[in-house]
Amino acid sequence: MTSRLRLLIAAVAVVALLIALPAVLRPYSLGLSTKMLIFALFAMSLDLLLGYTGLASLGHAAYFGVAAYTVALLTLRTGVNSGIAFPAALAAAAVTGALFAPLALRARGSYFLMITFALAQVVWSVAFGWRSLTNGDDGMPGVVRPNFGFSLNNTTAFYYFVLAIFGLCALVLVGIVNSPFGRALRGIRDSESRMQALGYDVWRYQYVAFVLAAAFAGIAGALYAYYNRFVGPEYLYVVQSAEALIMVILGGAGTLIGPAIGAALIVFLEDFVSSMTAHWVLVLGVIYVLVTLFAPHGLIGLLVDFRQRRSAK
Amino acid sequence: MTALSVENVFRNFGGVAALSGVSLEVADGERRVLLGPNGAGKTTLFHAISGNIMPSAGRIVLFDIDITRLRPDQRARLGLARTFQVTNLFPRLTVLDSVLLALGGAAGRGLRLFGALADDRDLYGEADGLLDRCGLAGTAPRIVRTLSYGEQRQLEIALALAGKPRLLLLDEPTAGLSPAETRRVVGLVHELPRDMTILMIEHDMDVAFELADRIAVMHQGRLIAEGDEAAIRANQQVTDIYLGAE
Repeated sequence: MTSRLRLLIAAVAVVALLIALPAVLRPYSLGLSTKMLIFALFAMSLDLLLGYTGLASLGHAAYFGVAAYTVALLTLRTGVNSGIAFPAALAAAAVTGALFAPLALRARGSYFLMITFALAQVVWSVAFGWRSLTNGDDGMPGVVRPNFGFSLNNTTAFYYFVLAIFGLCALVLVGIVNSPFGRALRGIRDSESRMQALGYDVWRYQYVAFVLAAAFAGIAGALYAYYNRFVGPEYLYVVQSAEALIMVILGGAGTLIGPAIGAALIVFLEDFVSSMTAHWVLVLGVIYVLVTLFAPHGLIGLLVDFRQRRSAK
Repeated sequence: MTALSVENVFRNFGGVAALSGVSLEVADGERRVLLGPNGAGKTTLFHAISGNIMPSAGRIVLFDIDITRLRPDQRARLGLARTFQVTNLFPRLTVLDSVLLALGGAAGRGLRLFGALADDRDLYGEADGLLDRCGLAGTAPRIVRTLSYGEQRQLEIALALAGKPRLLLLDEPTAGLSPAETRRVVGLVHELPRDMTILMIEHDMDVAFELADRIAVMHQGRLIAEGDEAAIRANQQVTDIYLGAE
């Protein structure tokens, strides 16, 4: 059980590091770390579909954005308490997923990708076009962070708030992928027809995975609305969906840690590159090409290969 | 009682008739082998029975239940299991996980979103026994992709047997196997409980005649002969089209 022990030690070290971060980082870097956690959760939610169920979605920003807009609309247009807006945003993302899933699940492979993309673009065009409600491409500034008796307006407090929710979601996700349900998803990823022949109602599993992925993306989206105190249609745009896909693929699909690492790296690079050039999407494209050429199983895949080669010697 | 009744089933693929009016009855507990040259429609018939394709016309009845319009997973839960001619496994899962999936599918336990995998401990013994019977002892922790071809064929059968099916469809279980592996598969089929009905596509004549109670011969989407070994050997039409005489 030494490998399990090592894993436990690594996990404890990571958690300790994450908790200690505010003590060592400047506010700007801590803000960036908060953003990394939010996108790590977003990427992990997408991996539930891509890496575990074998469904590549190019529309995952829809659920992220719907939740963000729910927070903004409820707090700015109706004056609902920001804390109550959070579960409402989660619910809105899950419901959107529950409505879109039957349409998307009619197709597989690249057709699934195109349908999820089209559905997300529909949501984007609503946010973009319905100016009287959403301010169109001006977006909605002034989103208030929730107040649970203590203010989240300071960077450290908000970091811990995001870290707590991220940790909770990560635990639930670990539980899901390691449950018999998670194993069935991996079976579906490997062979739908075999799972059917074994008596599994494959559609039902895919549907639940889709809704769960949407719900977790929604949590990330709501956190991002609080983080920026702003929502705009770019939250729903295809670039956001594609970025999430690249985070998952860069880190390593089919694991939870991989997408989290991929997300952290992409957020860091975007910040770094954007300070020098406006052509971030171009750089992102180059990263994508390099990863698919040299690390088709992501950074985690590279690590596993390296360890196997070393132990083979 | 009739285990399986195929009634006048048709299926076209873009103008090509893969099945043109096939009728077949398999009695409960019978071992039936389906013979026929390549392209005769044997695998298409299997796909129709297991629900992977829908017949254009006709009816399929499994233990007195009309299953013609049911999905494959619904048929599986009624006691039908199958293997695939082209190996169809879970390449990235372990052998143990594959078998546990097969056992879990049969148990119909539902989604079990948060049930820990350890809850399957009661299935571990069953999984081990199944792997033993199928000549796969000791392979449990291995990734399916790393198994040899012969082992993968045996795992195909193990997965199909996990649900203790009432009707088992075996699509060329010995294809591509060495003589020794073929003997093991034949032995395995021999040891299956006699109340399990088996319909099997087989190209190896010796295997076919050894395992079958009755044999059905297909040619060009039709059933052209049915009977026991002697009847099939004596059938001139079968000799002409299948046993080699041009």
